[in-house]
Amino acid sequence: MSEFLRDYLLVAIFLVLASALVFGMLGLGSLLRPTRSQPQKYMTYESGVDPVGLGWSQSNIRYYVFALLFVMFDVEAVFIFPWATRLEAYGSFGLVEMAIFIFILALGLVYAWRKGVLRWI
Amino acid sequence: MTAATVVSGLLAVEVPYWAASIIKVGVVALVIPTAALVLGYVFLMKMMSFMQSRLGPMEAGPYGTLQLLADGLKFLQKEDIFPAKADRTVFALAPLVVLISTFLIYVVIPTGPDAVVAQLDVGIFYALAVSSLSVVGILMAGWASANKYALMGGLRAAGQLIAYELPLVLAVMGVVIQAGTLDLQKIVTTQATGEIFGWDGIGNPFILTQFAGFFIFLVAVQAELTQPPFDMPVAESEIVGGYQVEYTGFRFLFFFMGEFGTAFAFAALASVLFLGGWALPWGDLGHWGFNIAGPAIMLVKVLAVSALIFWFRFTYPRLREDQLQRLAWKFLIPLSLVNIVVTGIFKVVL
Repeated sequence: MSEFLRDYLLVAIFLVLASALVFGMLGLGSLLRPTRSQPQKYMTYESGVDPVGLGWSQSNIRYYVFALLFVMFDVEAVFIFPWATRLEAYGSFGLVEMAIFIFILALGLVYAWRKGVLRWI
Repeated sequence: MTAATVVSGLLAVEVPYWAASIIKVGVVALVIPTAALVLGYVFLMKMMSFMQSRLGPMEAGPYGTLQLLADGLKFLQKEDIFPAKADRTVFALAPLVVLISTFLIYVVIPTGPDAVVAQLDVGIFYALAVSSLSVVGILMAGWASANKYALMGGLRAAGQLIAYELPLVLAVMGVVIQAGTLDLQKIVTTQATGEIFGWDGIGNPFILTQFAGFFIFLVAVQAELTQPPFDMPVAESEIVGGYQVEYTGFRFLFFFMGEFGTAFAFAALASVLFLGGWALPWGDLGHWGFNIAGPAIMLVKVLAVSALIFWFRFTYPRLREDQLQRLAWKFLIPLSLVNIVVTGIFKVVL
């Protein structure tokens, strides 16, 4: 197996071990802990009073526009990472190209700012 | 024969791949819970207590050193309660997702030339990607609890974690530009052998040239950990624990282990990226010297960064939700974009 794949095999082994450890701790707990069921224990907690309505009630997700902005900037980050590792080879050409790219993205942020989506709505 | 050559002779034995893997995995599996315990005890209990003019736990063990073990044993005996209205599968899995994503960060953190589980070429990129998986776990917990507080906490957490993900990633970009690699080992060696404007007295720890990046990184880490002053997702006085509100026993503890495990991992990443990792600013201990002394050097740096992180935590009051978003989008992200461009100009021109 190549060195490259071996490294990722270690990541996979680690994932399996972490899962085993976590499930092991839960298993150990299940041997030790009591189970005394009373209906009150399984009620939804609402600061001590009986819950009103459903837990999955409608709520205003105020930051859904930010999630869209996040996708934009995250894609930008994916483009900048490979550029950043090879900047020495690209020289001033790469620098100007990336400056234009970042400028256009910053323009998007400024547009969102001016449109007023970056405040409490 | 000097002591150093004896040690390197003993350690230079070729270990088969499977044995090396088992040793590495075993060591890390021991290190993470210990790290969470040490951080929790030293900083959360003792440092916070002393800053508030009280003693903190004193009963369990000398100076309360065994307090967290006692707490762990207590959580082990607690009943595992699933609310009747909860989505049981998602509810059960959410804390595991948070904790496992924390474990996976440790795979790439180097503590010596060979003392690393896996030296990935995309090291820092992998660490950032894996650490952001915890958002999924937190959203799962918030939604599956079928509780208004939990839902609100989950939504707040999602908004906060994606907003501060960007400054975190963009702050790292400055270091990547300077080092020219994503590999954490090479970032360490670049800092150890680097020079600042032609002077190589202490190498080039990137905190000196990337102080803006270091500042943005620390603020973003604070928010990623949902610690005060950015603890709206779990704000006790507003939404009584947010997404954790319905959890009991060990599943509840998993969220805390995840939080402190991630705090340790991010402190380690900060020391690798900005403080020179396992290398010393002066003096070369050789390959095996650093393999032995590296973990200790890393620990000192990690504790220093953690002290800073927890100092913020105990000092500042909670921000308001809109102030939090304003800080990320109107200050940190533009600042980190400027940092990238300036770093790029310096890299190309100088």
